[in-house]
Amino acid sequence: MDFRIPFGSWVEAGLDWIEDNLDWLFDLLAAVYVALYDAVVWVVATPPAVVVIAVLAVLALAARGWRFGLGTALGLLFIVGVDQWDNAMETLALVVVAAFLAIVVAVPLGIWAARSDRVSAVIKPVMDFLQTMPAFVYLIPAIGLFGIGVAPGIFATVLFALAPGVRLTELGIRGVDREVVEAGQAFGSTPGRILRQIQLPLAMPSIMAGINQVIMLSLSMVVIAGMVGAGGLGGDVTKSLSALDTALGFEAGLSVVILAIILDRFTGAFGMKRGLHLIRRLRARGRADDAATTASSPGATAPSTARDTVAA
Amino acid sequence: MNDDTIALRADGLYKVFGRHADEAVIRLHQGTPRDQLGHGTTAAVIDASFEVRRGEIFVVMGLSGSGKSTLIRMLNGLHEATAGTVEIGGERITDIAPKRLREIRRQRVSMVFQHFALLPHRTVLDNVAYGLEIQGVAKAEREAKAREVTQIVGLAGWEDKLPGQLSGGMQQRVGLARALTADTDVLLMDEAFSALDPLIRREMQEQLLDLQATLGKTIIFITHDLNEAMFLGDRIAVMRDGRIVQVGTPEEILTDPANEYVEQFVQDVDRTRVLTAESVMRKPRAVVHPTAGARGALQVMRDEQLSAVYVTQRDRTLIGWVSDRDALDAVRRGERSLERIVRPDHGAVAHDTPLAELFIPALEAQLPLGVTDARGRLVGVVPRVTLLATLGGEPEADAQASPRPDPLPAAVVDRALEAAVDSGALETKEAI
Repeated sequence: MDFRIPFGSWVEAGLDWIEDNLDWLFDLLAAVYVALYDAVVWVVATPPAVVVIAVLAVLALAARGWRFGLGTALGLLFIVGVDQWDNAMETLALVVVAAFLAIVVAVPLGIWAARSDRVSAVIKPVMDFLQTMPAFVYLIPAIGLFGIGVAPGIFATVLFALAPGVRLTELGIRGVDREVVEAGQAFGSTPGRILRQIQLPLAMPSIMAGINQVIMLSLSMVVIAGMVGAGGLGGDVTKSLSALDTALGFEAGLSVVILAIILDRFTGAFGMKRGLHLIRRLRARGRADDAATTASSPGATAPSTARDTVAA
Repeated sequence: MNDDTIALRADGLYKVFGRHADEAVIRLHQGTPRDQLGHGTTAAVIDASFEVRRGEIFVVMGLSGSGKSTLIRMLNGLHEATAGTVEIGGERITDIAPKRLREIRRQRVSMVFQHFALLPHRTVLDNVAYGLEIQGVAKAEREAKAREVTQIVGLAGWEDKLPGQLSGGMQQRVGLARALTADTDVLLMDEAFSALDPLIRREMQEQLLDLQATLGKTIIFITHDLNEAMFLGDRIAVMRDGRIVQVGTPEEILTDPANEYVEQFVQDVDRTRVLTAESVMRKPRAVVHPTAGARGALQVMRDEQLSAVYVTQRDRTLIGWVSDRDALDAVRRGERSLERIVRPDHGAVAHDTPLAELFIPALEAQLPLGVTDARGRLVGVVPRVTLLATLGGEPEADAQASPRPDPLPAAVVDRALEAAVDSGALETKEAI
């Protein structure tokens, strides 16, 4: 059989061209990635573990209540206990940077796709490609472009985690009640203002679900990125694999799981209208103060409107 | 180029969705039926032209799929017209720059939506103030205005609630308040009350009429409910398959349907609430003036075979009525004047009284129910037979129905003969 499509060589040639001609771009990207990563690592790894745990537990308490707060504290203490704290913080930094970059790209892309059917038609297959390509494959050109280290890990992670962010943003904005958008138009609002005041707030649950997915995919990819020397928990997982070290593998693996659960619950809290709920509660508290002075006015008008409520 | 009485004018509006829209307009113009335009091309509105006067409620009525929602969205540019023009207050809004269109929407025309279309993450007050916010009005000022309008629509005390905490009727009050706060001349209402319960709907309709009477807005109201159209509309445009088939007052639509479709449509309408005394009244068979005297009155009644007759001034101002019996007595007593026998309890109704309120007065009246205009002049009468014929849907039927005056009792006839012989006014032959 002589028939053979030299697809692989094409891709390689294309990447070679990029390496030769766009080297400056990737050097710049690498510098940005590393700088961001170092900054986040500095924030989470400089203070003693106890301080970081306390801060995270308090945040968890505010977001979801005491059970989540307690769970967060215990989970993080377990990570400290199996001596994975430094790795976990490195992984956390990788996830934060990669997810941040992915969201910065994904949300505007999703908005753009929601506003134009043509853009949507182009973006959709690209996202399919990015999401279904086996994750390892991204690492190969990433090493070529960035060398070994944190930068190729972040690069590959951003590509892999992008898709759900774009998809759910587009879906959310397209799903906003058409009449409400029309109301914005009918009162003479500009498209930008409609986006800010109507479409984004109403699409927020869907966008937050997308961001949640981006973060979870980032975490799973960051572990794989341990193979290219991105460090963190992924590094230990890879090490345990090559050394057949079950103990180390499970300790690092379970730390990933704990990190994943904490991250998921955090973003989930803001996804399901939780953000709105918090704002509403704050407003209600503000109102309760002056409610006492104006208590008579709602009472006076209640009878006329009570009928409505009953009938409806 | 425009007189001030026209708030909005649509001229030759077309809206075609799908491919080859411009070509489809030409074909429609040449008379191709809309179902022969081919696959993927839908004509939603075809050649719609109408004028809406300042301060009127103009109702566009049609079943779903008749194109009425598309039509109303062309009136503020939410849908771009494929062909034709729309003018608001004399200014064209079709084919203009988006920026200018937004300005017109802010200042000239606001809209109320079928499913309220409130911003769920904002309080009632912020929703009501939305139009002013877009107009760039300062926060304190717009909130003061919004508070005022919220009160007008009966939602005082609910300003800080979110729309989700309100019932449907209250949510639509917010929608109405939002449109009113924007303070535009023209108000577009797209099936605004269709999603509400019947009782609430009625309440809202009445409130809308009240508001319109005090604020004098020009309202274009879309509905599929003919009764609603008849209740609210100063004029109604009936749409079918994308075309406007008739424009007219509710009474015109009811009594003079343009075609069979409209006729079928209006069959189920409660005529007694739409039609007024004016629209069914007939010319009085006879009236007498006070100067005619008792004998003159009796003569008229005899000639017209009536048992009673209305008495009016020369300018038709209604004074009362006289019965044949009283006139006979008077003639017999030798009285010339009508003055003493005129009864003032004529029971006439105003010309704009709905039919439903005519039945009892018609029963009580001694003679066909009188109808007076605003200045108290007798402009017509409504015989009972006409009322019945109108209910049956054929107002002309009573033309053939023969009147049945009460037969005069024998004694009265005798006296009549006597009187006639005495005065010599009547010939014996005729009396028999």
